[in-house]
Amino acid sequence: MPAMRLLVIEDDRETAAFLVKSFREVGHVADSAFNGLDGYALARDGDYDVLIIDRMLPKLDGLSLIGGLREQKIETPILILSALGQVDDRVKGLRAGGDDYLAKPYSFSELLARVEVLMRRRQPAGGDSTALRAGPLVLDRMSRTLSRSGREIALQPREFRLIEYLMKHAGQVVTRTMLLEHVWDYHFDPQTNVIDVHISRLRAKIDKGEDEPCLQTVRGAGYMIRDGAR
Amino acid sequence: MARARLIASTSFRMVLLYVVVFAVGAAVVLITVGWEVEKIIDQQIAATVNAEIKGLSEQYAQGGLQGLYSTLEKRAHQPGSSLYLLTDPAGQVLAGNIAALPPRLLDTPGAVETRYRRPGEITAHNVALARIFSLPGGFHLLVGRDMADREALRAIFARSFLVSLAALGTLGLVGGMILARRVLRRIDAMSASAAEIMAGNLDQRLPQAGSHDEFDRLAQNLNAMLDRINRLMAEMREVTDNIAHDLKTPLTRLRNRAEQALAHPAAGDSHEAALEQVIVESDRLLSVFNALLQIARVESGTGADVLVPCDASEAVEACAELYQPMIEETGGTLDVETAPGLQVKGSRELLGQAISNLIINASNYGAAPQGAPPHIRVVCARQDKDIVIRVSDEGPGIAPADLERVKQRYVRLETSRSTPGSGMGLALVEAVARLHGGSLELANTCPGLAATLRLPALVMAEPAPQATP
Repeated sequence: MPAMRLLVIEDDRETAAFLVKSFREVGHVADSAFNGLDGYALARDGDYDVLIIDRMLPKLDGLSLIGGLREQKIETPILILSALGQVDDRVKGLRAGGDDYLAKPYSFSELLARVEVLMRRRQPAGGDSTALRAGPLVLDRMSRTLSRSGREIALQPREFRLIEYLMKHAGQVVTRTMLLEHVWDYHFDPQTNVIDVHISRLRAKIDKGEDEPCLQTVRGAGYMIRDGAR
Repeated sequence: MARARLIASTSFRMVLLYVVVFAVGAAVVLITVGWEVEKIIDQQIAATVNAEIKGLSEQYAQGGLQGLYSTLEKRAHQPGSSLYLLTDPAGQVLAGNIAALPPRLLDTPGAVETRYRRPGEITAHNVALARIFSLPGGFHLLVGRDMADREALRAIFARSFLVSLAALGTLGLVGGMILARRVLRRIDAMSASAAEIMAGNLDQRLPQAGSHDEFDRLAQNLNAMLDRINRLMAEMREVTDNIAHDLKTPLTRLRNRAEQALAHPAAGDSHEAALEQVIVESDRLLSVFNALLQIARVESGTGADVLVPCDASEAVEACAELYQPMIEETGGTLDVETAPGLQVKGSRELLGQAISNLIINASNYGAAPQGAPPHIRVVCARQDKDIVIRVSDEGPGIAPADLERVKQRYVRLETSRSTPGSGMGLALVEAVARLHGGSLELANTCPGLAATLRLPALVMAEPAPQATP
């Protein structure tokens, strides 16, 4: 993942400083603004890859800020951070022009994974083609079949959606909540390690008897399909 | 001050407005009547004048100018309001009881209303209705009648108009004041009570006069509103007490752990373990807090705008599918049986969370003996007008006395103390059921517990193609 330029607009200075420091530690460049108006000015004039915007900001609230940017035809991907995590809050945030919505509290690894996915989305990807490739894995989206180095692997419908999402983001960390959101379309906390069990079943199908595992666990963050092309 | 308030009151202003309206009405009546009466008087005068003219013209026909002259001389000196004047071609008065007329009036024959002066008077202030004739030889004759009666009538009407106006004004003012004072007294009483309530006496209620009028109705509604607010306040107090209890305990635990770790600066390993425990503990705290907030939100109905037509069968299947591998991993089973395409007006997310809570409950407590792998059945079916989602297990069930109690917030049965949980699961399920206009029923099936989420089915314009396969 190349270095990203990020802007964190968050009124809690400690949180903002923590995010900026954490992003720098993983090699990205991050600026911060502490109120809506400063954030708007920076976001409008600066060249950022992803904006991270708190929903409740002094001077100009997060949703108005996003609306203003979108009106100015500034299409930088936006991730909304919010203490409000209910379904209708999420819908409002995305409708205002946000690209992803993360409710507080969140772990930094979750935020990082989502920001990197947003960043990747910005670059034109071959994601629309009928076949997805990652290393030895080939997923045919038309016939809905997966093969590894020519060996065909039978999949349940839900497993197909799991591997499809993982391969679409090959080389990137995908968190458990991201999988729950995109494969099951649920946003609540399942309270147990349900996703891990699904992944281990999928892994058994893909990596069984192979020397090189394709589906990796990233400790403390989530999962990743190795992108062999890199 | 009090007078100014009275005058500024709405009722007083209304009464004043009515006074003006009635005054205009009275004026219209008086003027119409006066005008009609005047018309009748004018007609009578004209008729009298015509009769006189008829008599005079007979005299003229018989006796010529001389006859006319003598008759006029005679009549002019009789008392009454008849007026006569005969002039020669030079304009000199020959006979009659008029001293002066406006100049050149006699030159144009016909009916006329004019001022005139009587002999012995100084100004021409009398008014007459008269007819003027030209006689052969340049003589002019005027026959008329004085209009003093009509003028007197006009004066009477004008006077009565003024009197009635004054009476109306006085009555209106006094009436307005009385009315305004009565209304103000009621309003003041209500304001005083409202002020007292605002000052903190929340059990105070607005007074009612018992007259069942609009003020009583207003007071009734406001009182009902106050009752509702009181109830909400009480609930709020209960919730905050609960939060205080439920958050303070784990927070204290958290603090103790951190303190302990600080006090023993021994090995790095124990520090790491302590930190990990701190994260686990704060996650648990946050999840309790989230559950609380969500229940409050769902219960207050603010999430009602997320209710859209949604496929309950799909929501159930997706949810069951999510937990199935995990339960199978422990050696248990999760069977799903759904009729396809059952529609409800609801939130897929909230329904999913409710079903998920029921499945988690069944997986945690639904095995006999406890700790054995659970066998769970999830059913989604149509029953009359309801969509029924049932999660049942084969565990020990719940003691009948606890069946209702267990739905409340924070309630955790003794048997479940050792397992992780916040005591929020069923409370949220019930809140979701209520938001959807449905209910949560718990029943012992011996063996096992069946939790049934009953939701009203979406009524569609056309009947569903098939209810059951």
